[in-house]
Amino acid sequence: MENRQFGSKMTDSKYFTTTKKGEIFELKAELNSDKKEKKKEAVKKVIASMTVGKDVSALFPDVVNCMQTDNLELKKLVYLYLMNYAKSQPDMAIMAVNTFVKDCEDANPLIRALAVRTMGCIRVDKITEYLCEPLRKCLKDEDPYVRKTAAVCVAKLHDINAQLVEDQGFLDTLKDLISDSNPMVVANAVAALSEIAESHPNSNLLDLNPQTINKLLTALNECTEWGQIFILDCLANYTPRDDRESQSICERVTPRLSHANSAVVLSAVKVLMKFMEMLPKDLDYYGTLLKKLAPPLVTLLSAEPELQYVALRNINLIVQRRPEILKHEMKVFFVKYNDPIYVKLEKLDIMIRLASQANIAQVLAELKEYSTEVDVDFVRKAVRAIGRCAIKVEQSAERCVSTLLDLIQTKVNYVVQEAIVVIKDIFRKYPNKYESVIATLCENLDSLDEPEARAAMIWIVGEYAERIDNADELLESFLEGFHDESTQVQLQLLTAIVKLFLKKPTETQELVQQVLSLATQDSDNPDLRDRGYIYWRLLSTDPVAAKEVVLAEKPLISEETDLIEPTLLEELICHIGTLASVYHKPPSAFVEGSRGVQHKRISGNAVSGESVESPDNGSAAGVTEAPPAVIQSHGDLLGDLLNLDLTPPTTTGPPPPSSSGMQMGAMDLLGGGLDSLMGDESEPPSIPLRTDTPSPQLPHQSPSPPDYSPTELGGDLGGNPAMGAGFGGPPAVMPASFNAPVGGGLDDLFDLGSGVGMPMGAFNPPKTVWLPAMKAKGLEISGTFVRRAGVIQMEMNLTNKAMSVMTDFAIQFNRNSFGLASAGPLQILTPLSPNQSIEAALPLSTVGPIMKMEPLNNLQVAVKNNIDVFYFSCQYPISMLFVEDGKMERQVFLATWKDIPNENESQFQIKDCHLNSDAASNKLQSSNIFTIAKRTVEGQDMLYQSMKLTNGIWVLAELRVQAGNPNYTISLKCRAPEVNQCVFQNYESVLKN
Amino acid sequence: MIHSLFLINHSGDIFLEKHWKSVVSHSVCDYFFEAKEKAVDPEDVPPVLQTPHHYLITVHRDQLFFLSVVQTEVPPLFVIEFLHRVADTFQDYFGECSESVIKDNVVTVYELLEEMLDNGFPLATESNILKELIRPPTILRSVVNTLTGSSNVGDTLPTGQLSTVPWRRADVKYTNNEAYFDVIEEIDAILDKSGTTVFAEIQGVIEACVRLTGMPDLTMSFMNPRLLDDVSFHPCVRFKRWESERTLSFIPPDGHFTLMNYHVSSQNPVAIPVYVKQNISFFESGPCGRLDITIGPKQTMGKTVEALMVKIHMPKAVLSANLTATQGNYTYDLPNKLLIWDIGKLNPQKLPNLKGILSLQAGAAKPEDNPSLNIDLRIQQVAISGSPRFVSTYNWATVFSHCSICFSPLCTGLKVSRLEMFGEKYKPFKGVKYVTKAGKFQVRT
Repeated sequence: MENRQFGSKMTDSKYFTTTKKGEIFELKAELNSDKKEKKKEAVKKVIASMTVGKDVSALFPDVVNCMQTDNLELKKLVYLYLMNYAKSQPDMAIMAVNTFVKDCEDANPLIRALAVRTMGCIRVDKITEYLCEPLRKCLKDEDPYVRKTAAVCVAKLHDINAQLVEDQGFLDTLKDLISDSNPMVVANAVAALSEIAESHPNSNLLDLNPQTINKLLTALNECTEWGQIFILDCLANYTPRDDRESQSICERVTPRLSHANSAVVLSAVKVLMKFMEMLPKDLDYYGTLLKKLAPPLVTLLSAEPELQYVALRNINLIVQRRPEILKHEMKVFFVKYNDPIYVKLEKLDIMIRLASQANIAQVLAELKEYSTEVDVDFVRKAVRAIGRCAIKVEQSAERCVSTLLDLIQTKVNYVVQEAIVVIKDIFRKYPNKYESVIATLCENLDSLDEPEARAAMIWIVGEYAERIDNADELLESFLEGFHDESTQVQLQLLTAIVKLFLKKPTETQELVQQVLSLATQDSDNPDLRDRGYIYWRLLSTDPVAAKEVVLAEKPLISEETDLIEPTLLEELICHIGTLASVYHKPPSAFVEGSRGVQHKRISGNAVSGESVESPDNGSAAGVTEAPPAVIQSHGDLLGDLLNLDLTPPTTTGPPPPSSSGMQMGAMDLLGGGLDSLMGDESEPPSIPLRTDTPSPQLPHQSPSPPDYSPTELGGDLGGNPAMGAGFGGPPAVMPASFNAPVGGGLDDLFDLGSGVGMPMGAFNPPKTVWLPAMKAKGLEISGTFVRRAGVIQMEMNLTNKAMSVMTDFAIQFNRNSFGLASAGPLQILTPLSPNQSIEAALPLSTVGPIMKMEPLNNLQVAVKNNIDVFYFSCQYPISMLFVEDGKMERQVFLATWKDIPNENESQFQIKDCHLNSDAASNKLQSSNIFTIAKRTVEGQDMLYQSMKLTNGIWVLAELRVQAGNPNYTISLKCRAPEVNQCVFQNYESVLKN
Repeated sequence: MIHSLFLINHSGDIFLEKHWKSVVSHSVCDYFFEAKEKAVDPEDVPPVLQTPHHYLITVHRDQLFFLSVVQTEVPPLFVIEFLHRVADTFQDYFGECSESVIKDNVVTVYELLEEMLDNGFPLATESNILKELIRPPTILRSVVNTLTGSSNVGDTLPTGQLSTVPWRRADVKYTNNEAYFDVIEEIDAILDKSGTTVFAEIQGVIEACVRLTGMPDLTMSFMNPRLLDDVSFHPCVRFKRWESERTLSFIPPDGHFTLMNYHVSSQNPVAIPVYVKQNISFFESGPCGRLDITIGPKQTMGKTVEALMVKIHMPKAVLSANLTATQGNYTYDLPNKLLIWDIGKLNPQKLPNLKGILSLQAGAAKPEDNPSLNIDLRIQQVAISGSPRFVSTYNWATVFSHCSICFSPLCTGLKVSRLEMFGEKYKPFKGVKYVTKAGKFQVRT
């Protein structure tokens, strides 16, 4: 501690008055005094000087001489001094070692504990060497107070010298302490192990089994409040074997909900929320547990505001996962006048989440009350909340709109602007219902000075141009200051004027010309320019198509706009009470350094703690600073392999946004080049994966050449060495025109086109007949599954082979292994006449109900039409479920591979496959099977691959390809080994097609 | 775990820092100062802040910021609870928790922090244990210490540290054995303009002051325990007994402590002791407004409402108030725009009224925000012939036989029916006091 324990202005205490010259000299004399009392006073003065930043290091030998004393206070003061100065005077610190070692053998356990505790705080290598023996003794001391102090000391030592701790076997001793007879020793051992484990993901330090769990639960009842927190947090990492075990743990944890310490309460809530997932919902106990959870959560809200804040952030997660817990507690979230603003804003959020038809009147009355408060941020959020209520509770929409109109009448500038932004959303949710208010909105056009409100207003004018007589004038007025507007407004204005033109082409030709030229010629914003060009071309080549694209019916906006994505929510539920839960980001996204955090999932049979994911780029900006990963030497082949590949240390590059599959392909193959073009400049480029010389390529499969989409481009770039080279060695020279469409521009285009198809290089099985006509009164259905840009679709051909017209089609799935469900209705709008055939694409989601099927990828479907309901079943290739970010980091792969027990490994043969390993790798990659590393041993290529299923299960693969041998060998490892068979079949079909 | 602690005053000076691992530069606090700049009031600074390498978790207590730095994933509630515990400990040791007191006792503070946390893990946070390790400063002791040369640091292993009752020190001895319990209920409520209850709930607490010799084992039972469905206990309370018998069974800590908190939710009907008739309006024309407030008793359970006070946060434009109070005094705190009307005892025969003119800044627009009234009040149990704290000669049985014939003055009607002591032979003095207070009691206008 570099001489700065205290700030300035320390004038009060008597120890701070010695300012005369020769102060050090005087202190020296006092320290060497014979009188005990004088000595102590002198050390106190030294400490006081030290804490205000005076340099008293010159007194080191004199102070250390005072260390050999029976006076405990004096000893403690000397220890304080030592902790401060040992680092700057390591040679002299050695003088203290003998006393430490002697103290570790003292008859008084307090002295023994104090000595070992202080030694651990001295971060000097030479001292730590001497620490090992005393520490070993103290870990086995007869006095539990010494043992518990020693347990913490292991964590300290690990922080200073991790290798030493491992070599000395302290970790094993620490693990033994979990079975100690004293609850506080157990709690501290758990705390120390948890801290050490944070820097060793997957190290299995806390090997939880029913016996240890039982010991922890016993200690839980008897240790201090802080120990209870450590133990509960540790329990939350355990995955019970069955629902009975789950229930018994829950029963033993429930009493913690009544603890006065809110951190204990919240940690208990975490354990219960997680283990509850494994309980069958029809169990009586499940309902009892739900009821028990509400009161402690409500009580947290009467604590200090800081505690309330953390509680509210967590309650926000809990109500998303299990709204039933707090559905009757709306009132406790009502905002109080003197709540700090950060509490007010959080309460508002939860009020919206709990809003329902039953309580909407109360909620609205409150929100209206809030919109007259003083704090601007709070008022804005309250206004926005009214809009969210309208969207969430349909019955209240009308009342919300009229409340918003009242607020607009107040003419308070920021209230009006917020109201307009939310009314836009209401229009989208309930089209053709409230447009009568447009006139009122237009009155306030001039007062809008915030981009979001201006953009919203422009959107409204464009969307309803046909109902607003002077729409052209209104839009034209915005056009004057076009270049001063923010991008958001410019883009909206461009779109709005094009819409207007398509609706009233005769009067607005000039206006549209003007905006197009402003956007394309005078702007240097690529998004704007690209959108301008697209419109321009659309309008000039095919105005009818333009109309179809630009004025296409927009999908309705969803009820709740800011729900946390389900998989993230699941993960966060497992991390209730942590910093991750406060920030609503996955723990891996922001924990300092490379210290990975184990991913946790709740679903019973799914994998828990399986992998470390690279930090999420979007949310981690500026926070994640991954230091170079150092691979420790591992003797086995895998280790060698990874060392080979990792010679230049890699950093965790930004994974692609999961929304678009094509970016993934491009980015992985291009290595860092594209990253640096698209992503944060400060991210160091990742090293291109395949450093070996590429072998000659087989022709790349290229479906439908005219659709030469960026995906294709991306795929070819990597797959074809000639092309890759053609793009220039340093990928940084990627033409901007390629970059731009990959970025936001293209996304916007897709919005406009609402569903421009994006053929992927992925293998999609051909359509097969699922439902023959004779079984379904003349309806024949054939179909297949495809995955495009992260969206799973079921593509079907429906043929009417009967004599009468078929109408009213609908589709439904039975529960299935991966929760596939239709994400929208079956879009067959026209009646199907006899002998006619129609194609339909049904987007699928994976959030439906789950039931294990046999085989695993079996899907039972019911299709209804005006004639009857028909049932059939089909099987989907499991690669539909491989997500785009299924590429595991190399170190993680290695650790996970070792971590998954061998009995979960399955080996298969793929016969008659004539691709070489690179071609195979490319082919597989297009199905989201990612090659992480490649190694060649005696002419045999080994590919190490990973893929991740939509439910978060990782599958790891080792594919062995022998040149000239058409038979591949594949080993699959997964924590849920039942998927192996399916994955193997998928490999076979992908590689052979 | 907790890496470092900084103590910061309102003007932004870091006046103490303590590190339990390596030293973190105090420049990390700049992120906090930045957030503090943005906040309107000091209490509006968000409690959890993210910086590139650390997390800052802050609590605001007694005009001071306790800012802790953590580097790894740590439960933030754990840190916040701990920081409050640090502030409580200072309060406990020095009688107050202020910058000057901390500076005066800097060496003790430093020793305390060293004992409370080891490597960021809490070590000894129970007041009893700490006091055995480091004796609190008293004038007497410092005189004695100087004369005898004895120290204020204990040199034995604190007995509570490892026992199964860590909250109690061994060998406690008193000549007068007493146990007092204050049952305090605070009403948190929001009333709307018309006086209708928008929201009301009760936060209850049982504060205890127990000075009993040896290892007494106490049992407290209630007349109507079913009211208590949402409770949190001091660690000394045996949860199993509570679950099965609805009685509190515990070996108490020595001295003052909070035995139990309970919460009666807004779903239960809550008796609101007073009603407020108010009219605050500002004229469209002319820089002034009118104020008229009357307060009357509503459901007081037959007890007197005392210490009645109304605080009104006025809109920014209000310059002064020219009012007449039929009872009590009012002050207008101009810088904070706070009108305080101190009424005192509520007389149901003659209701207090405050009435008059508010003048606004010349040229100011009519205020948009509505002022909000905050009410303070207090209702005490008077049936047991004064507060039992001063009647320690009363024996327990007398107090309780007396008690059972009168109504509990609490909003919930909660009442202690008996308190028994086991494990020790002497007869202690026992007493219970009931108090109802306004917590966050707010009336909208």
